[in-house]
Amino acid sequence: MATYSTNEFRAGLKVMLEGDPCSIIDNEFVKPGKGQAFNRVRLRNLKTGRVWDRTFKSGENLEGADVMDRDMEYLYNDGEFWHFMEPETYEQYQADANAVGDAAQWLKEQDRCEVTLYNDSPLAVTPANFVELEIVETDPGLKGDTASGGNKPAKLSTGAVVKVPLFLSEGEIVRIDTRTGEYQGRGKS
Amino acid sequence: MAQLRLFFQQRSVLEVETPLLASATVTDPNIQPLACSDRWLQTSPEYAMKRLLAADSGPIYQICKAFRAGEAGASHNPEFTLLEWYRPGFELEQLIAEVAELVGRVLAREDYQVLTYRELMQRYLQLDPFTAATGELEATVRAQIEYGPGPETRDTWLDLIMTHLLQPQLAGTGLLFVRDYPASQAALARLRQDGEQLVAERFELYVDGVELANGYYELNDAAEQRARFLTDNEILVARGEAARPLDERLLDALASGLPACSGVALGVDRLLALQQDLPRLADGLSFAWSRS
Repeated sequence: MATYSTNEFRAGLKVMLEGDPCSIIDNEFVKPGKGQAFNRVRLRNLKTGRVWDRTFKSGENLEGADVMDRDMEYLYNDGEFWHFMEPETYEQYQADANAVGDAAQWLKEQDRCEVTLYNDSPLAVTPANFVELEIVETDPGLKGDTASGGNKPAKLSTGAVVKVPLFLSEGEIVRIDTRTGEYQGRGKS
Repeated sequence: MAQLRLFFQQRSVLEVETPLLASATVTDPNIQPLACSDRWLQTSPEYAMKRLLAADSGPIYQICKAFRAGEAGASHNPEFTLLEWYRPGFELEQLIAEVAELVGRVLAREDYQVLTYRELMQRYLQLDPFTAATGELEATVRAQIEYGPGPETRDTWLDLIMTHLLQPQLAGTGLLFVRDYPASQAALARLRQDGEQLVAERFELYVDGVELANGYYELNDAAEQRARFLTDNEILVARGEAARPLDERLLDALASGLPACSGVALGVDRLLALQQDLPRLADGLSFAWSRS
């Protein structure tokens, strides 16, 4: 794996720090009038999700992390693992609950999502920004009530619970922004 | 620029120009010069200007580009503009007063304060930089920031304290001159015995925490200068970098006699950013590093 010097640190670069793969968020160069220059670096530990502020001497090197983001299709959950497939190669990967995390509530079978691989095994799963899911449980819809602006909780096919407008009923498809968990509108299908 | 030139014209300080591409460069291990063909892009016009001073130029100033590899950030650009001037016969206090007058005029601020390096650290961190054990300096740093395992030199811990712990606290302090640095951070300044401590006759100007200028009561002892160059080169070699050629012409000039003088280098891009209240240095440049 390549090594990277502090002046090559850019947002998004994946490096190893103390044995954990990290993604660089920000890199700030600081230097006293005369003397040693430093880089104040903000990183996200990809294993724990924790944000790390760390200072390096300018010119120090970190090893690159074997981390790749891949577009994959979500296949199924076997009760313990979530299974994904690379559409071009048909190669399959299984991810545990730790890697899937909160993404689990948005994963519908055959949907596309992004799987982050570290040393060829899933480290994290990011759902598409917008997903369309079916309402499986909610209070009866109020026909014609599109103006009052009220909302109610609805349980979706993946188990997620979101707030939806009062006029929607079970069996309807809604579009959700997975980054905020907010209702965006009715789905197309 | 016109304002800066008028300031020196009124004081009969001569404007000079010296080569940007020269056959020697700085040995300072903390400055990375850029090589260009078989010459070096100058990291400051200091050496050439001292050769003029040794040839009895009298007081001189220069506004020029300077180049330092790798220094890119919110207040750094690898190609930048320096204002550098030298005052034969000036003690450090007189030069501080002149810098305060110039900067005060550009930024429309009159007041300034002067603290020693020691007073600064005592005031803000209750730490004596001269007597504290290296372990104490390290513990002070580690209490506030995350840093690698080390070990580091005393000066590196002090530099971390200055840049990470102190500078952020200086936001509202206006014009603050810090003087009398540890002897190990003398660069090209003379040393003075101050009670029990050996201090460097050097100052830095901070404006609301932004480091703007760096001045010396200039070292004019050729043998001492050569020894410092060689020590720098030893540090570079120990780090696995190439030793740099010594500027023999500067050493010859010092040997022939540099008048007692004080000199200062001031970052013109930073001065502009402060005057115009720009958050980033790049905002005051026509085309910053990433676009040049």
